[in-house]
Amino acid sequence: MNPILIRGGHVIDPAAGVDGPRDLLLVEGKVAAMDVPGKMKHAGTEVIDAKGLVVAPGLVDIHVHLREPGQGYKETIATGTAAAATGGFTTVCAMPNTIPVNDSAETTRWMLAPERGAAIRVFPIGAATRGSLGEALTEYGSLRAAGVVAVTDDGKPILGDAIMRQALVAAARANLPVIQHAEDTRLTGGCSMNAGPVAFRLGLRGMPTEAESGLVERDIRLLAEVKDSRAHLHIAHLSTKAALDAVRRARRNGLRVTCEVAPHHFVLNEEAIGNYDTRAKMNPPLRAESDRVAVIEGIIDGSVDCIATDHAPHAAHEKEQEFERAPNGITGLESALGLSIAVLHVRHKLPLSRVIALLSTQPAAVLGLKGRGILSVGSAADAVIFDPAKKWTFQARESKSKSKNTPFDGWTMQGQISMTISEGRVVYRRN
Amino acid sequence: MPTKTQHRKSQAPRLEPKTISLSHPDSLHPNSIHPGSLLSAADLSIDKVESILRLADVLEKEDALRRDKRLFKRRVSLLFYESSTRTRTSFELAAKALGADTSLVSAQSSSIEKGESLKDTGITLRALGAECIILRSPYSGAPYLLAETTGLPILNAGDGMHEHPSQALLDLRTILAHLEIGAKITETTLKGVTVTICGDIFHSRVARSNALLLPRLGARVVFCGPTPLLPEIAAQLGPNIVIERDFDRALAQSQIVMMLRIQAERLAGLALDLEEYKARYQANVDRVAAYAPKALVMHPGPMIRGLEITSEVADGRQSAIAEQVRNGVAIRMALIMRALGGDTKVSTKSRSVSPKKGASR
Ligand SMILES: [Zn+2]
Repeated sequence: MNPILIRGGHVIDPAAGVDGPRDLLLVEGKVAAMDVPGKMKHAGTEVIDAKGLVVAPGLVDIHVHLREPGQGYKETIATGTAAAATGGFTTVCAMPNTIPVNDSAETTRWMLAPERGAAIRVFPIGAATRGSLGEALTEYGSLRAAGVVAVTDDGKPILGDAIMRQALVAAARANLPVIQHAEDTRLTGGCSMNAGPVAFRLGLRGMPTEAESGLVERDIRLLAEVKDSRAHLHIAHLSTKAALDAVRRARRNGLRVTCEVAPHHFVLNEEAIGNYDTRAKMNPPLRAESDRVAVIEGIIDGSVDCIATDHAPHAAHEKEQEFERAPNGITGLESALGLSIAVLHVRHKLPLSRVIALLSTQPAAVLGLKGRGILSVGSAADAVIFDPAKKWTFQARESKSKSKNTPFDGWTMQGQISMTISEGRVVYRRN
Repeated sequence: MPTKTQHRKSQAPRLEPKTISLSHPDSLHPNSIHPGSLLSAADLSIDKVESILRLADVLEKEDALRRDKRLFKRRVSLLFYESSTRTRTSFELAAKALGADTSLVSAQSSSIEKGESLKDTGITLRALGAECIILRSPYSGAPYLLAETTGLPILNAGDGMHEHPSQALLDLRTILAHLEIGAKITETTLKGVTVTICGDIFHSRVARSNALLLPRLGARVVFCGPTPLLPEIAAQLGPNIVIERDFDRALAQSQIVMMLRIQAERLAGLALDLEEYKARYQANVDRVAAYAPKALVMHPGPMIRGLEITSEVADGRQSAIAEQVRNGVAIRMALIMRALGGDTKVSTKSRSVSPKKGASR
């Protein structure tokens, strides 16, 4: 692996407060040096000219479904991470709802094996309960030792009070966050979109926002009960104003609660379903415009810790079904940066450094991923180089993901990635 | 061959500040839907409604032997994932009256049982020569999927809780005949007319289609029913829709009353007492005589006598229930003609209220 010198770029490293012209030297998979332009000698290095481009820590997505083991027809670790690299990500955290469910050190190690062909760094997230059945906890200590960075039953919420309380305490002991897919499924049976006038008109049963906020409030109550354990609760794909308000209140009370939002929840509202477009079907569903606006406000005021895509690939034949029968989820890795810049930076004037923080620094911090989402000396040589002003068109058919289930096909994005570097290797280069 | 992934949203929205996050109606509306399709009453322009009604008049009056040549040997498939006697027979008779060949694929038939997808069933029917598919599905929106994946004209014969647009058209024809309105359809044709739709609005595709169609011609729609079967958001379905939970008060304002079937198991699930329901929402002689002695009473069927409506009312002089069924065949003939691109030219004379026999002979 040759050393790489990235010259002439505008480095944004929110963790170090850097937002200006810098050269960056990557040696043996680590950041070796950062300095003002022109000071570093480049003999023996591969020189990358980043003039006019932003150089940022590689993006970190703490919520992706890579579908391996078990559903390689939707995605594999190799194809999912190739898509991630194309989208500027250098770290992804893989959800455990695979087949079998990743509830063991053995499956975790299988996912991390070099044979999987991951293009970038993968951190598995382990199941919080055995088989994600919500009954008995998994072995958090051994999962952590095998490499998991959090526990969750994503896709299935942990509904029982007692088991959730146990999970929070046990995870705290293992120094792992508990990630909750906050959906009170007792309120969402048979539902396929957000509750409200649009659902009524389409004749679809709607999930009330209370199904999300109610469970977030319950979790916060449990967290308060076990406050002494220093448990960390992370809310996945938060999508409602009420849930966001609950998170704000909990933080004011000193509880360790973090949350992520998905790009589709701040870009689209429920109207995007149009005439039953299954590419706009996911869980949590696209919400009312008022909730979408509330999510944007939460991003701007800092209540939202990070952006995570909930990348959820499905085969064409699965999505090409009646709306109520089609599975939930959309792909997201290749459109996250382009949507975030277009909406948060261009439209809502959020500084680019904040966008980078939401997509890299902060998600790494939420899950305690040391040396990720940061460009300080000694950190992983993970970087994304992009032109923040360049508009481009996202074409699903060109996606590196095995699946093309995105509502953003044909959309004009802003912020074109020219290169992604993972641990000192160029893993994506725009032709 | 059109496929959904290619056509569903090919007019992709551009990420421009003003359009993002809002709906993108032009882009999300699939562009491969055959124009002869009828998927939602919301898609019917006033002109289209007018031409369908006029064509229904002509076809109904036409000599049977002559009519038989209109779609002679054309192929119409009926794809029914739910059992339905009334609607299926009505469409079948309509197609046959035009000379078309019909084939029925129902839930009991083998390929559906084997779990074949709607797309594949549609493609198979097309390969077998179907030129139009009439679909009844328990899934809301299924006709859109079939229209996009086959490219054929699709007639929605009821999809989940969504819509039943041919029912709304036949109901409209029934209402117009009752009110003796024969002039050209406009936005004010039903001005001053109040239509109460009473019962399980939430689950009713008939309610949705009527409430989307009738106000466009100037009618006012009153939804009536208990909250579990009629959520407040129902009033946001479209313009000129209001909710009145007191059935007597709703009746007192109405020229037209549509009763909906009430499924006892749904009441049970909602812990709503059946006797209480009858006491508050049943169309019975006393109530109708007291509050709506001149109103036309309609029911899309199948009705449960003694529950939402009593026999005395269903069979009484105010009832238009049999008339609705008759109108169904005429409307569906027009829809099938339109779907198959048959010669839909009709005389430019105003529609007549009472059909005159042999007018086009
Ligand atoms: Zn989830």
